[in-house]
Amino acid sequence: MRRYCNIREAEMRKAVVGLALVLLLSGCSATWGWYVVDPTKTTGMSNLRFLIDGLYYTILLSVTAILFSVVVGLLIALPGLSENRKLRAVNRIYVEIIRAIPILVLILWVYYGLPQVANISINVFWAGVLALALSDSAFEAEIFRAGIQSIDKGQYEASHSVSLTYTDTMRFVILPQAIRRILPALGNQLVYMLKMSSLVSVIGMQELTRKANELVVSEYRPLEIYSVLVLEYLALILCVSAMVRWFERRLQADERY
Amino acid sequence: MQPAATRPIIIIDNVSKYFGAFQALKDVSLEVSLGERVVVCGPSGSGKSTLIRCVCQLERHESGTIIVNGVELDNTKKRVNSASAGVGMVFQQFNLFPHLTVLENLTLGPMRARQMSKADARDLAMRYLERVRIPEQAGKYPRQLSGGQQQRVAIARSLCMEPRIMLFDEPTSALDPEMINEVLEVMSELASSGMTMICVTHEMGFARRVADKMVFMDNGEIVEMAEPAKFFEAPESKRCQEFLEKILQH
Repeated sequence: MRRYCNIREAEMRKAVVGLALVLLLSGCSATWGWYVVDPTKTTGMSNLRFLIDGLYYTILLSVTAILFSVVVGLLIALPGLSENRKLRAVNRIYVEIIRAIPILVLILWVYYGLPQVANISINVFWAGVLALALSDSAFEAEIFRAGIQSIDKGQYEASHSVSLTYTDTMRFVILPQAIRRILPALGNQLVYMLKMSSLVSVIGMQELTRKANELVVSEYRPLEIYSVLVLEYLALILCVSAMVRWFERRLQADERY
Repeated sequence: MQPAATRPIIIIDNVSKYFGAFQALKDVSLEVSLGERVVVCGPSGSGKSTLIRCVCQLERHESGTIIVNGVELDNTKKRVNSASAGVGMVFQQFNLFPHLTVLENLTLGPMRARQMSKADARDLAMRYLERVRIPEQAGKYPRQLSGGQQQRVAIARSLCMEPRIMLFDEPTSALDPEMINEVLEVMSELASSGMTMICVTHEMGFARRVADKMVFMDNGEIVEMAEPAKFFEAPESKRCQEFLEKILQH
């Protein structure tokens, strides 16, 4: 397992370096104008800073949204596991409806539509968090349901035999085992969320994509600026992947069963 | 008023249980006195596991009455807490919690359901681990133990809830032959300490040594119920004779 990861990481590193090299080398030809993001020049440096500034909101937005979506996803998953048909229907309806709405549409609706319907004011950041979390929660719910369903029935029976309540059974017996199994899928969702946060740029959130768009408008250098944007997401997501894998490995080492 | 020793602690009266259209229990009646050791045997699918699963409320019975430790187990009410009913259960597949150490497996119930402090639960757990003779495995995970050791941990886990009645559902069926005895020894020791027990098992040597009452089930019915001496020497029903011949052959 470990060996496999190392090989994949090494290959990935090679790919990243290769891509960066190709982009830099192509800058030698006349059609490229790397000066807009050249860190040795004053404007280039300030442009670069301007772009990288977006990282803060991209990360804050994604992490906040995923925290909410994990909690909501779990709360939606639990009725889906009930023997009660009505509770299961609640889960099904929620998942089917939310999953059917494109994220971009949900972002627009939450930002422009929700304030009118609910008579509230909502800023760009919370509209983004709400839309991303809502959309992702349906997927999280399905992941949790699958994870919990994979736990042997005997674990519930043993919990009952030592008089644990439903909440204690979930908290101490079922969820700790289920979460270990679904960790790779949860990691996937985090990566997915980081990428989807780029859509929140359409309502004016000052994250990576929005920053790049704004710079393109003033500098007229889409090729170079969007290339930097690609590298920014790539670097961010490779870091997150490495973190998730490190966490998985730690849990596996912890498992010993 | 009957004397305490013979007053039934479990009363199963005319109990029926269905799985869909299949009737798993057909008007089963059985009484178990305090301190009595009952061994239930019978071919697979005869309803013996279902019977004890009804007693610890892992299954609901459709009709009839089950009274355990003075508490009636009713379909309509919320599940009675098995600690308050005083019933411990040991499973064929052990069902230990694989992500917890042996010690944590034992202390979880006492700490959460009996509100014991961590230190008290730990002392209690160590006492029962010594009783099943594996205190040195307290820090290990279930996967690291042999099947026989796992089953002994499972017995200790049930005992930590200090039940008045212990139910065993084929506790040695999933074990390699060389590990069966260590589990049976623990069960015999438990029996001789006066624990009320219902064991579903095919270990007839154990049954002969330990049981006060033998029950033979077939097709969801109790076909034969007798003291071990009579049960093994002169079973009345033909079905029971045939069954005993088959399993006593080897």
